[in-house]
Parts: sequence; structure tokens; C-alpha cells
Amino acid sequence: MAVGKEIRTQISSIKNTQKITSAMEMVAASKMRKAQDRMELGKPYSQRIRAVIGHIAHATPEYKHVFFETRELKRVGYIVVSTDRGLCGGLNTNLFKATMNAMRANKTAGVEVDVCAIGAKSMNFFKNFGGNVLASVRDMGEAPEAADLIGVVKVMLDKFENGELDQVNVVSNEFVNTMTQKATVQQLLPLEPSDEDLGQNWDYLYEPAAQELLDGLLDRYIESQVYQAVVENNACEQAARMIAMKNATDNAGDLIDNLQLVYNKARQAAITQELSEIVGGASAV
Amino acid sequence: MSKTLHCDIVSAEKSIFSGEVEMIVATGVLGDLGIVPGHAPLLTQLMPGPVKITLEGGEEEFFYVSGGFLEVQPRITTLLADTAERAEDLDEAAAAKAIEDAKQAIADKQADFDYGAAAARIAEATAQLRALRQHRR
Repeated sequence: MAVGKEIRTQISSIKNTQKITSAMEMVAASKMRKAQDRMELGKPYSQRIRAVIGHIAHATPEYKHVFFETRELKRVGYIVVSTDRGLCGGLNTNLFKATMNAMRANKTAGVEVDVCAIGAKSMNFFKNFGGNVLASVRDMGEAPEAADLIGVVKVMLDKFENGELDQVNVVSNEFVNTMTQKATVQQLLPLEPSDEDLGQNWDYLYEPAAQELLDGLLDRYIESQVYQAVVENNACEQAARMIAMKNATDNAGDLIDNLQLVYNKARQAAITQELSEIVGGASAV
Repeated sequence: MSKTLHCDIVSAEKSIFSGEVEMIVATGVLGDLGIVPGHAPLLTQLMPGPVKITLEGGEEEFFYVSGGFLEVQPRITTLLADTAERAEDLDEAAAAKAIEDAKQAIADKQADFDYGAAAARIAEATAQLRALRQHRR
């Protein structure tokens, strides 16, 4: 019986797609747990070091590191942390939207913009969109290492030190929970004092000398902040992919149900028609 | 003046300790430091070495850090360690072996021998042993 041949092939092809999306969902779920652990482990350090830097910015030091210098904005750098792969819902789109909004605000204020792209998606985006990409890195895998990032971040830091950039921001996704990821623009340089009131006109005792110590500490700080952003974005990617694939699997299920209904109706209609033809033929004889 | 200050010890991998303490003794690059509540603001780099904290009531805890930074504010102290471990989790045999291996490597050095790395390994392992010994005492 040739009824609904097309519908049957359509159903089986959707079933195959559903198998793939549900497998991807499960893979993303297990990867997400690992990525989330990695993110949680790094959090205390990055929060503490940020607090310490916030304290240092309050001090009235004998040696003022260039990273604390607030200058008039002429050129701003963005470190855009995206994923390497797609199929993760609106994660990257939202991120780029937030980036574009920030950049547009800069452009209207007459401020030039430079980009450092982390992740294949943001490299492609700025290639198509035509941003001035100074440095890029991709394919860092699921367990990124701080060493992979040092090179690209150094480019931005050097530009800031030479006065070619007056501000450096990190754009990345913040992991709110499994369902929600929020694209955030966070200012990396110049370093800003924390909100606490620590009084005025005091300075640290430095061991060894202030310059040597601050250089080491600030490098460590920048590394840890960018690394944390990358690790967190990784957790976001897996969570977003899991949700996107779950939706795709559910949608495929709905499609199959509807098509199955159409198919059954067509089959029944064909049977009824055949029967009535036989009955009609028999009575004619 | 309160008798305690808040102390956080974090390493790049995890948070090791957070709580109120009476005193902290750590190994700075210029020598051992004792921090008590009301200490002047201080920022220092740390050497591989033991860290001793005295909890409220006089109980002591020992840690080992492989280097890092120490920030002191009058009421809060933050220790940013590269890696940190509780002294009781250290492996004495492994540390002793690391010293032996590094000394061996220095004795019969190859062409691509990195003296700095070997010396750093010895310093770290020695510091681990020191942390263990203090902990046992």
C-alpha cells in the first residue's frame, strides 16, 4: 500500500534527527557538570584577588602602576570571549549583541574600538563584521589553560601600557544558572577601587619593593580574571547547548506526533475508500 | 580592638581556609612574618613554606603554600597561594624523594639541565617537610 510514503520517510528522518539531538543533550549535560566544577573551583581565587586589587587601588602609593591610570577615552579594547562551536542557542548572538551595544556607545562618543577575539565564533563574527582584531585564539578545548590565554591578553595589556588603549573590557557570559546565562561587559583596565571605605592617605608596606611586587601581582590578577571568564563561558556553552538540544528533541517529538496523526488519518481514509469501492462493486454485480 | 581578624586562604584551585584567627605566621620573601589583628597594611610575596594560623582559643592549624601573595588589612588578611595544602595532607615520602631526585639531577647534569627548576623543586619539597615537621610538633 503506497499511502503516505512521503510522510513515513519524513517521520523516520525526523526520528534520526531526534536521536542526534538527544545524544548531544546528554553529552552537554555531562560536560556541563565538569565545566561547572572547574568554574566553581576557580571562583574563590578570582574573587579574593579582585578584592585585594580593589584595596590596592585605594592606597596612596609611592609607585603608581600604569594599570591604575584613568585616562581620557580615545581608544577602547574589548576581549570578546565566545564559544568555539555553534548549536548552543542564542548564547553567542546575545553576547555579540551586548558587544555591539557597548561598541556603538563608544562610537557615538567618538571613541575608537579594538578587539581581541577568544573563540572561533567571535573570530568569525568580527571577520564578517569588520572589527579591528588585534589578537585571537581558538580551539582551547573543554579544559582551557591559563598559558593559552597569556599571549593574546598580553597584546592588550601592552597596548594599554603604551597608551594605545585607554580602557580594556572583557565581554563574556555569566553563568546565572542552567537556564539563564547573561552577557556581561566587565571593565578589566584601568583597575578601579572597591566600594569599601578604607580611609585615605595610607600605603602598604611592600616586601620586596613595590614595583616588583605589583608587577607580579597585577599580571596574576589579569590572568586569573580572563581565565575565569573563559572557564565560566565554557560552563555557559554547555548549559546553553543542553537546553537548546532539549528543546530541539522536544520539538522533534511534537513534529513526529503531528505527522503520525496525519499519516494515520490518510491510511484510514484510504482503507475506507477501498472498502466502499469493494462494497459498491459487489452491489453493482 | 577585637582580638581576631578574618583570614582567607585560597589557591588557584580551591578555597582552603576562611575564618576568624588570632595570628598568622607565613614565609615572606624577606623572612617569616607574624600577623596579628591591627597589623599595618602590608603586601608581600610568599616563598614556598609553611603557614601557621592560630584559631580563636589557641588551637593551631598548619598549611603548606608553594608561593603566592599575602595582603594584610587591619581586619582582614588574604593569602593568595599558587597551590596550597593542609599540612596533614602532605606526603612526606614523596617530598623526601623529590629532594633526592633533584639532588641527583644536579649531580649528574645533562646538557639541557635546568638548574633553576631543580633548585625550585628542592626548595618546595624542603618547605613541605618543614610544614610537616611543624605540624607534628
